Parts: sequence; structure tokens; C-alpha cells
Amino acid sequence: MSTDNQGPIWEVFVQSKAGKPYKHAGAVHAFDKEMAIENARDLYTRRNEGSGLWVVKAEDIVSVQAEDAESFFDPSDDKIYRHPTFYTMPEGSKNI
Amino acid sequence: MENNLYTYCLRLADTSLILSYRLAEYSSHGPFLEEDLAITNVGLDLIGQAESLYKYAAEIKGGGLTADDIAYKRDEIDYKNLHLVEYPNEDFAYITVRQFFMDVYNYYIYSDLKNSSDKTIAAIAAKSLKEVTYHLRRSSEWMSRLGDGTEESHNKVQTAVNELWMYTDELFDMDNTDQELIANGVAIDLNEIEKRWSQKVNDVLVQATLKKPEHVKHSLVYGKNGGHTEFMGYILNEMQYLPNKFPDATW
Repeated sequence: MSTDNQGPIWEVFVQSKAGKPYKHAGAVHAFDKEMAIENARDLYTRRNEGSGLWVVKAEDIVSVQAEDAESFFDPSDDKIYRHPTFYTMPEGSKNI
Repeated sequence: MENNLYTYCLRLADTSLILSYRLAEYSSHGPFLEEDLAITNVGLDLIGQAESLYKYAAEIKGGGLTADDIAYKRDEIDYKNLHLVEYPNEDFAYITVRQFFMDVYNYYIYSDLKNSSDKTIAAIAAKSLKEVTYHLRRSSEWMSRLGDGTEESHNKVQTAVNELWMYTDELFDMDNTDQELIANGVAIDLNEIEKRWSQKVNDVLVQATLKKPEHVKHSLVYGKNGGHTEFMGYILNEMQYLPNKFPDATW
């Protein structure tokens, strides 16, 4: 199997049932959109895992760079009051 | 009638089995991991289709015969597959073209067979059609990608089309078995399939900027009557090694 150009990486998102959110399942190599969605199908949904499938070119995903992580995420560290932990749960409810 | 039906099942099943064998042979030799898995998946679908047909054939024949007996314990002359599927995995272009020709064929025969008067054949066809629709989509796209790709990929796929073309005339050959089963509404008219097959193949070749070769009749004894190419002996030798060596082996 050749190790040279296998095409760009595409991220794969699978929806387990209609109405459920799409979840990241992994990645595939492919040279075009058709190949990407078919490779994703063959790798991630052959065993009944999904009813919906998205692929997106990895380079088109905008993500937070590692060096920006501090400024993006750390400011929320000391603001626990942003979580609803200070409320008492109403009787009988499981989630609020 | 029963004998015809048995033969008809074998023709369909053997073609799928041998094509699946060729695809399995290619496992781990694909151009890249995803494609390698995709091709093997197609092979698995095909062996599933063959298995359903062998089971039905075994039922028709009776006498305790199993699907495995039929699949693995016959002589070369008793296999009824098309010559096209025996053709070796010369390179990725040959594999793609062979698959494309067969996918178009399977797509149309199963589209019609799902209305067969034989309920089992109709059910197998309906299930297979879903798989084959996907196979056809994949191989059609590969034809365009290779044909309309680089000069090298274009030349390779055109060579494969030219070399494999002569095997396609057999796809539409009919004999008494076909005629009698057509009269009962079990089998399908391959002349009709030929029109649709040619149209679809033409469309894809045009899109892929490939040339359609001239029609040739390549053989006097076709696979459906037990005649085979020189490749078949090697295939069976390897495929039957295990059941020959350990006749009582079970899965």
C-alpha cells in the first residue's frame, strides 16, 4: 500500500437516529466530496451505526489554537457561579 | 423447471462468488486504506448475495445438499459464472472497469428480478438491489475520476476498457434455460437489459472522456454453460484448497 498522497483529511460526523445530534466519529482520507462521504459510510456506518452522515474537510474547520487556549478557556475557571450548582433541586426532578 | 431454476441460481451466484473472490484477493493491496476497505466491503456484499442464492439452490436440489457444498465442492465445468469476473486484478484500472461493467449489469438485472414470479428470487433481488445501487454509484464515480483525471490514469482506464470489452457480450447471451424461465415470469429478458446496460455504460464512458470499443464475440463456450477462461483453474485451486484438504471442516 502506497504511503504517498492519500488525499486530504475529512472529519466524519454520524447521527445515530433521526433528531439526535451528529457526533464526531473519526476521519477519512478522500480526494473529493463523493469519495469522502462514501469512505465515511464504508468505515463508520456499515454496522447500522447511523441514519445520518456528515463529512467536512478538516482544513475547513475553524478551531482554537493551542496557544490561545488560556485566553479562551481559563477565564471561566474561577466563575463557578455560572453553573447552576447553588440551586436546590426541586423535588422529583432529575435535571434542571 | 426445477432444474432450470437451479441452474439460474448458480449462474447468478457463481458470478457473484468469483467476483467476490477477486475482490477479496485484492484485500490489503488497495491504493490507500479507505479504498482498500471499500473494495473489500463490496466483495462482502457479493458473497452475501451468492450465499442467499446457493441456499435457495440447495433447497431446490434437496437431498441434504448445503450452500457450502455447492459453493466449494464442484468441478470447474459445473461453475456457471461469467468470464468477465474471472479476469485477474491486473491493476486498479482493471478492477474498476470490471466492477463498473458488473455493477451496471447487476443493477439492471436485480431491478427487474425483484418483480420475478419466484418469491425467493424476488426477495433476494430486492435486498441485493440496495447494495448494488451503492456499488454502481462508487464505480461510476471512479470511472470519471480515472478517465477524466491525469493522462496516465486516462490511458490506464482506457486500456482496461479495451481489454475487458470483449467479455461483455456474454452478459446478454441467452439459452433455453433463460427462455423457459422467462416464459414463467421467473427470469428476465437479457435483450432488454442489454439496451439499458449499453445506454448507462455509454453515458459514463462519455462523461469519463473514454472511447467505447467495437463489439467482439469472444468465445464459443460461455461461462454460463461451464466453459471458462484459463484463469478459472487457478481460482478454484486456491478457493477449494481448504474444503479439499479438510472436507469435514465447519465454520
